[in-house]
Amino acid sequence: MHINTSNLWQSDLMKQAIKDSIPKLDPRTLWRNPVMFAVEMGAILTTMITARDIIAGGNFGFDVQISIWLWFTILFANFAEALAEGRGRAQAENLRQARSEAIANRLLNDGSTEQVSALELRKGDLVLAKDGEIIPSDGEIVNGVALVDESAITGESAPVVREAGGDRCGVTGGTRVLSGQIKVNITVDPGETFLDKMIGMVESAKRQKTPNEKALEIMLIGLTGLFIVVVISLEAFAGYMGLLVSVPVLVALLVCLMPTTIGGLLPAIGIAGMDRLLSHNVIAMSGRAVEASGDVDVVLMDKTGTITLGNRMATEFIPAVGVTREELAVNAMLSSLADETPEGRSIVDLSKSLLSIRGRDIRPAEGSTFIPFTAETRMSGIDMGGREIRKGAHDSIEEYVKSKGGKMPEDIRVAVDSIAKDGGTPLVVSDGIRVLGAIRLKDVLKENIKERISRLRTVGIRSVMITGDNPITAAAIAAEAGIDDFIGQARPEAKLEAIQKYQQDGHLVAMIGDGTNDAPALAQADVAVAMNAGTQAAREAANMVDLDSNPAKLLDIVEIGKQILITRGALTTFSVANDVSKYFAILPAIFAIAYPSLNVLNIMQLATPTSAVLSAIIFNAIIIPMLIPLALRGVRYQPTSVTSLLTRNLLIYGLGGLIVPFVGIKMIDMLVVLLHLE
Amino acid sequence: MSPEFVYVALLLGVLLVLAVPTGRYIAKVFSGERTPLTPLLRPIEKRFYSLLGIDENKEMSWKTYASALIAFNILSVIAVFLLQEAQGWLPLNPQGFGPVRWDTAVNTAISFVTNTNWQAYSGEQTMSYLTQMLGLTVQNFLSGAVGIAAAIAVIRGFIRKNTATIGNFWVDLTRSVLYLLLPLAIIWALVFASQGVVQTLGPYVAAQTPDSGEQLIAVGPTASQDAIKFLGTNGGGFFNVNSAHPFENPTPLTDSLQVLGMLLIAASLPFALGAMLKNRGQGRAIFASMMVLYLAGLGVALWSETNGNPLLDHLGVAGGINLEGKETRFGIVPTVLFAESTTVTSDGGVDGMHDSFLPLTGLVLLFNMAIGEVIFGGVGVGLIGMIFYAIMTMFIAGLMIGRTPELFGKKLEPSEMIMAVIGLLAPSVTLLLLATLAVVLPAGLFSLNNAGPHGLSEIIYAFASACGNNGSAFAGLNANTIFYNMTTALGMLVGRFATILPALAIAGSLAQKKIVPFSAATLPVAHPLFVVMLVGTVIIVGALTFFPVFVLGPILEHMLLGAGRTF
Repeated sequence: MHINTSNLWQSDLMKQAIKDSIPKLDPRTLWRNPVMFAVEMGAILTTMITARDIIAGGNFGFDVQISIWLWFTILFANFAEALAEGRGRAQAENLRQARSEAIANRLLNDGSTEQVSALELRKGDLVLAKDGEIIPSDGEIVNGVALVDESAITGESAPVVREAGGDRCGVTGGTRVLSGQIKVNITVDPGETFLDKMIGMVESAKRQKTPNEKALEIMLIGLTGLFIVVVISLEAFAGYMGLLVSVPVLVALLVCLMPTTIGGLLPAIGIAGMDRLLSHNVIAMSGRAVEASGDVDVVLMDKTGTITLGNRMATEFIPAVGVTREELAVNAMLSSLADETPEGRSIVDLSKSLLSIRGRDIRPAEGSTFIPFTAETRMSGIDMGGREIRKGAHDSIEEYVKSKGGKMPEDIRVAVDSIAKDGGTPLVVSDGIRVLGAIRLKDVLKENIKERISRLRTVGIRSVMITGDNPITAAAIAAEAGIDDFIGQARPEAKLEAIQKYQQDGHLVAMIGDGTNDAPALAQADVAVAMNAGTQAAREAANMVDLDSNPAKLLDIVEIGKQILITRGALTTFSVANDVSKYFAILPAIFAIAYPSLNVLNIMQLATPTSAVLSAIIFNAIIIPMLIPLALRGVRYQPTSVTSLLTRNLLIYGLGGLIVPFVGIKMIDMLVVLLHLE
Repeated sequence: MSPEFVYVALLLGVLLVLAVPTGRYIAKVFSGERTPLTPLLRPIEKRFYSLLGIDENKEMSWKTYASALIAFNILSVIAVFLLQEAQGWLPLNPQGFGPVRWDTAVNTAISFVTNTNWQAYSGEQTMSYLTQMLGLTVQNFLSGAVGIAAAIAVIRGFIRKNTATIGNFWVDLTRSVLYLLLPLAIIWALVFASQGVVQTLGPYVAAQTPDSGEQLIAVGPTASQDAIKFLGTNGGGFFNVNSAHPFENPTPLTDSLQVLGMLLIAASLPFALGAMLKNRGQGRAIFASMMVLYLAGLGVALWSETNGNPLLDHLGVAGGINLEGKETRFGIVPTVLFAESTTVTSDGGVDGMHDSFLPLTGLVLLFNMAIGEVIFGGVGVGLIGMIFYAIMTMFIAGLMIGRTPELFGKKLEPSEMIMAVIGLLAPSVTLLLLATLAVVLPAGLFSLNNAGPHGLSEIIYAFASACGNNGSAFAGLNANTIFYNMTTALGMLVGRFATILPALAIAGSLAQKKIVPFSAATLPVAHPLFVVMLVGTVIIVGALTFFPVFVLGPILEHMLLGAGRTF
């Protein structure tokens, strides 16, 4: 699934794209791209004139060349689009194959199963999948646990656990069960699975133009119309001045002036953008959502899983006066041996490393009883050899110790307060009536998260953290991660309310979610990314699905969205800036015969009028394939301030667009003269 | 520095000092806030509404607003037309002028209603005092007010959110006249009259010439028409030679006040925009863009004219200074300043012969008009035109920073783009097509007095003037023919309504959108980079559209002039 840009020019893809660019010449399909449609009309006109000249036996060498280059201009544009489509289709094809071969064990009412093709499954069907079988369609696990290899979809080789209940019950058709047996409730009808959607997105027939693409196209149509009038009036004005300009030269000038570069590459930019998302393992339900992600200025993130690793970890033991750190560690470890929560395990880990007994198996003495954690006592521990070792929240331990006639030492009280103030969670360990010390549990930030959030800030996106923690803890984590804002002690509906509030102030909000209770918020957000492992409700409410279920992916999505828009803007600027040089190539060629003083405009010193027109039209044509890699890969995007980003792009594509064609046309002119084409 | 340049700097300095507070005043007037004139004018305004049955609190959708505007303009055209045809039977006609020829009357009616003031006729030989005052001067006020109203409606599109309405046309129109144009016109007219601009309803004066001949000296109610001629960027002169006539423009003071008058309101509107957006920096950026373009054109024109005419230079005449067609009472620099100002603002009043400028100066004047009169431009519509360019600029700029584009906090989507493209390109396209007709049809070529590139410039100038709603003439072209009266009238209509109507549509669409708050990810309008891009867009769009015809017209003429050929 991972698209490697180095295989951009894979030969089989290239061959297919070349083949596909021919049928796209059909005016009935080409009219969807008005700029290229206009070029085709010009090409047809020029070709007819050339044919007339050939039949009449006139001088046709020049007109033939103009006609050929006009046709190539269209073919190059078609090729760009076909190549972009082909790359996406190649990936989709593999998936489609995997899916159509799958056999499903459909559960019948009487409890028996029948084997049917995956393509026959409908919403509401129940299927069984066990070791080694392919999950036939998208659905939710209603029963069982399985280790699933999702590499066919995500490219990620590490298998993932999927289980019934909770927020990790979603399975995708085409993935393989490695171990375990699950009963899956199919949630989609044929043709609506993720694979189908993925295939649909990369096939342009289903690709809707986004509003932004439409607006740009209107501008390009306007420019095209303007230049048609410019060229028609030019013919009249030249006639008034006693000059006759041949139709092929007029058409050449027109095509040079029309924004063919952007017009030709526009479809490819959009398709390639979706491909790039796909290569990040994100499926977008619409191009509009991708572009909107470039506009997002508020990102809502769950603390757990996005900003911090899933769980709190023990990072420090603070012994009470008269207790050694080792004693505290040993007792903390003992109290946590039976604690299978991540917090408990992290306490064991920390103790082991502190006591340098890492790797050794620690077992409690025979006859010990584990005291499990309950919501009422809010502590856990172990009774062994008459000792009662307990670990829990500071207030419950205090109560417990007091009830036995002990008391909380002052230094531990201070330690607990300071841990809480720093955003950590304090736990207290006691042995009978003795309080041994405190454990600092801390949220551990995910790798790179701080850097990513500061990148968000550079591009003007506010990050907002949502957490169930109390405000003090939340503030501490937010400060550590560099988060702009947070919502602490959030109730489930807090996300929806936060999004609505930001939207009312005019912000565009992105959010990532996986749980069913995220669905309303996802539906409300402007850009909503659901984890593929999440519930069906979440996936349906979202407009993008992250196959890797990696919440930090949102940042990549935002950058790809921006990249698509930047590429569009940069190539438009380049295309329009190119026109200046083409005037300087063609106008002296047309006018200087009758008015030699206008040769001052021939600043490129092009050899002859014919070579000048030819060079301009050749440059105009070949710049399209030369820019295909840029269109497919996207303009390099680096988070920086908007003004420096704009300055940079203006210099490269605006100023560059002014200068490059002067050089290019001059070089082509020299080549044309060398080959005696003029 | 020569005193002439001090004069230019001083005049523009005064303009700046006046434009900022005027802009804020305009913002207050149209936001319904209290101004120093409110106690005096508010009762009159209310009285006027009750008289005409206007409910000033009734808001209009853009379609209603546009319908009211069109209906008002159609009635105006009919009224001005009928007035010209009936002037022979009406009072205040001491010279006993008969009905105006139908095509001239149609052209004139459209011309004054569209704020163009293209004059195919010669005022003192055609129009009665009544026609001049009730028809033309009244339209000078109303057409300017219509433009200002439209601009205010467009600004409302940006500052309002989640609403379908953009104001009340009748209220905006009334306030433009009452609070803005009338007070300023009274001041200007009094100063003009004090400087010797004639103001009388009496008949033309007969004078004895030194060689015992009899000369009839045309006079009339000039000062009152002259003030609004500039303040409303109308430009229609009382006399045929416009402000080159000593009765219309007697002294250097009136000359400078005329320049100041035509720039004042148009230059204030960007500041009004800033005040209404509650973001003065954005208004300043629009103003700065206009000023940069203005100074660039002025620089080229001054450079061209002060360099002189190489042919005269060879003859050893006047150091080569090209004084032909200049207002010698004022000199070269003030005449060029006047010409630059009258072409950028769509005023069209002249104090010299534009036909007689050197080719490159002519090129600058043509460019000013052909890009759609957006460098200050006509009152109201100039700002509108610049907003079209700003929409294009921000669309591309927005893409290049990776955001779906926005301007002043409003997202730019297909519906805005269609309207901006129409508003920007329809006048240019019409200009080129009408000029094409003129050089192809015998009826068009028949009127030409000059051949070659200069003749082409004259034709282009005529249609640029019409489509830009400027009204100034290059002369050298007999425009009072059925062909030119009809084609320029069409150009004027397109230039006016293909600007105002799309702008109102944009306002209607924008008013319904929410306002995107400014953040670090927003491209700042109040930034030099925006000014550079906006100026660049205006120049590039203009150059790409008109480069071929400029090459065949003024540029070729310039080349041939260097080689010793004239036309």
